[in-house]
Amino acid sequence: MTALSDLTVSVEPGIVGLVGANGAGKSTLIKILLGLLAPTSGRVRVLDLDPTVDAAAVRARVGYMPEHESLSPDLSAAEFVTHLGRISGLPRTAARERASEALRHVGLYEERYRQIGGYSTGMKQRVKLAQALVHDPDLLLLDEPTNGLDPAGRDAMLALIHRIGTEFGISVVVCSHLLGEVERICDSLIAIDGGRLLRSDNISAMTTVTDVLAVEVSEGIDQLAARLDLLGLNVRRDGRLLLVPLEDDATYDRILTAVAELDLPLHRLDQRRHRVAELFAAREVTHV
Amino acid sequence: MSEAAGVIHDIGYQRYTGPRFGRAYVFTSMYVHGLRTAFGLGRSAKAKIFPWFVLGVVFLTGTVLAAVRAQVPDAGVTYTAFVDMMAWLVVFFVAVVAPELVSRDLRSGVLPLYFSRPLRRADYAYAKLAALATAVFLLLGAPQVLMFLVAAFSADNMSQFWTEVGDVGPGLFYALLWAAVFAGIGLLVASMTGKRAFAAGGIVAVFLMTTPIVGVLSVLPSQTMNDLALLFSPSSLVFGVGVWLFDTGNEAEVIGPYGPLYLAVTLGVVAGCVALLQARYRKVASS
Repeated sequence: MTALSDLTVSVEPGIVGLVGANGAGKSTLIKILLGLLAPTSGRVRVLDLDPTVDAAAVRARVGYMPEHESLSPDLSAAEFVTHLGRISGLPRTAARERASEALRHVGLYEERYRQIGGYSTGMKQRVKLAQALVHDPDLLLLDEPTNGLDPAGRDAMLALIHRIGTEFGISVVVCSHLLGEVERICDSLIAIDGGRLLRSDNISAMTTVTDVLAVEVSEGIDQLAARLDLLGLNVRRDGRLLLVPLEDDATYDRILTAVAELDLPLHRLDQRRHRVAELFAAREVTHV
Repeated sequence: MSEAAGVIHDIGYQRYTGPRFGRAYVFTSMYVHGLRTAFGLGRSAKAKIFPWFVLGVVFLTGTVLAAVRAQVPDAGVTYTAFVDMMAWLVVFFVAVVAPELVSRDLRSGVLPLYFSRPLRRADYAYAKLAALATAVFLLLGAPQVLMFLVAAFSADNMSQFWTEVGDVGPGLFYALLWAAVFAGIGLLVASMTGKRAFAAGGIVAVFLMTTPIVGVLSVLPSQTMNDLALLFSPSSLVFGVGVWLFDTGNEAEVIGPYGPLYLAVTLGVVAGCVALLQARYRKVASS
C-alpha cells in the first residue's frame, strides 16, 4: 500500500500547517520525518539530518505530539514528563526543572502532581504538548493537536501553538484535517491528498482563493446569478447555493443590494468555513 | 489559589543549552524507571501494596531462617532452599509486575512517545527485562544477604565464615538464574497483550498450569522420563538445575544424569524469550 507518493516539499522555519483529509498521509509523513518509517524511495532531510541514518540525532531535536491517547494514566504529569525528558537525554535535575517549565507553559502547574488518569481531555492534550516541549526541541511535530477539544480549548491550544512558533523560536508543523483551524496560526500551508501534494504555499496566497461567500435564496436563483454576474462577480452555482469569491467587505453590500433590488427572499449569506475539500475544489476551478 | 485550567501563563520561554546524554544514559533512565515501577515507587499508594507485601514476606522469611540457623546450626536451611521456598511467591510477583512494566505501555499508547525519542526499540525491551530481572533478584537475593550477615557475625572463626561465603555465592547465583527465567518468560507473555489481567493470567498459567505435566511424567514407568520430567515446567526446570549444581547427593534421585541438559534448556529458554521479546518489539506499532 502506498500512503505517500511523489511528494516533494520543503518547509521553511515558522509554523507550517499540514492539511489533508483523514487518510491523506499526514501521519505517515510525520513518521517518516521521525525516522519511524523508512521511505521506500526518495530523500528526507530534517534539521539538516537524514532520519533514516541519524534517527537518534533527529529524535533528540524533534518533539512529537501524537494524535492518539498516549499517556500513562497512573503517573502524575510531573513524573511522566520528567521521565520522558530523561529518555530524551536530559540530566535528572534538568529534566525535572524543564518538565515543570513545560507544564507551566501549557497551563498545567497547580495540577501537575495529580495522576493523569483523572485529567480532562483538554488537560491530557496539554500534557501531550508539554512532553513534546520538555527537551527543548528545534522542531515540533503536532498531529491533530486540537483533537477532542471544545471550542474554547481549541482556541487556547491554537494560541499556545502560535506562541510556541513565534515567541519560543521553535519551528512547528501542525497536522490537521481542518483548514480553518490551522490557517489562523500558520505562516504556510501544505495540503496533501491521497499521499500527493496538492499545494504548498504561503498562507495568504492560499486563502485569497478560498474565501467564498455562500448565498441562498428560496427562489429566483438564476435571476440573482445573472445580476451578480453583471456586477462583475465571479459567481459559481453549487446546487441551491451561489458561491461568490469574497474580494473585500464591499462584496457583502453588493450581494445584499442585488438581492434587495430583485426583491428575493434571502435565506442565508455567510462566509463559508474553509474545509480542505473546498480548498481542493476551488483549486480545480481556478486551474481548469 | 488554583488557576483556571484554561489560563496560559505568560512567562518567557527559555531554551535549554545544557548537556544531552546518549544511549547509555537513556537506557539507564529507562531501566531505573522500570525498577521503580516494579516496586510502585513514584506511583500511587495502591500500586505499592502488593510489591511491598511480597518484599515484607521474603524479608520476614529471611529473618526467621537467619534466626533458626543461628540457633540450630545443623538445621539444614540453606540459601538455595530459601530460594526454592520463595519461588511460588515470586511467580505472583512477576504476574503482577511484568504487566505493569509492558502491558500498561501497550495499552496506554505511550510507546510512540518513547520511540520518537532517542531510545531504541531493542533498548526498551532490554531495559524492561533488566528491570524485572533485578526486581526478582532483589527479592530472592537481598534476604540471602541478610541471612549471610547474621551468620557471618555469629561465626566463631574464619573457617566458618568462609563456609558461609561458599554457601551464599551459589545461593545468589541460583537467585540470578531464577530472575533470568522469571523475567524472560513473564515479560514475553506480558508483552503479548495490553490487558494486564490477561497478561497476569497468562504468566500464572505458564508457571503453574505446566506443573501437572511434570507430575504426570514423573510417575510414568520410565526412569528416563522421570528424570526428564522437571524440564516441562519453568519452575521445576530451574529447580532441576539447582539440584544438579548445589544439592550434591540428591541429584541421582531427581534428575538422573541430565544435569547439563537442564542447564542448557534453562539458558535456551532465557535466550529464546529474549529473542522473541526483541522480535515482538521490532514489530509493535509505533503510533
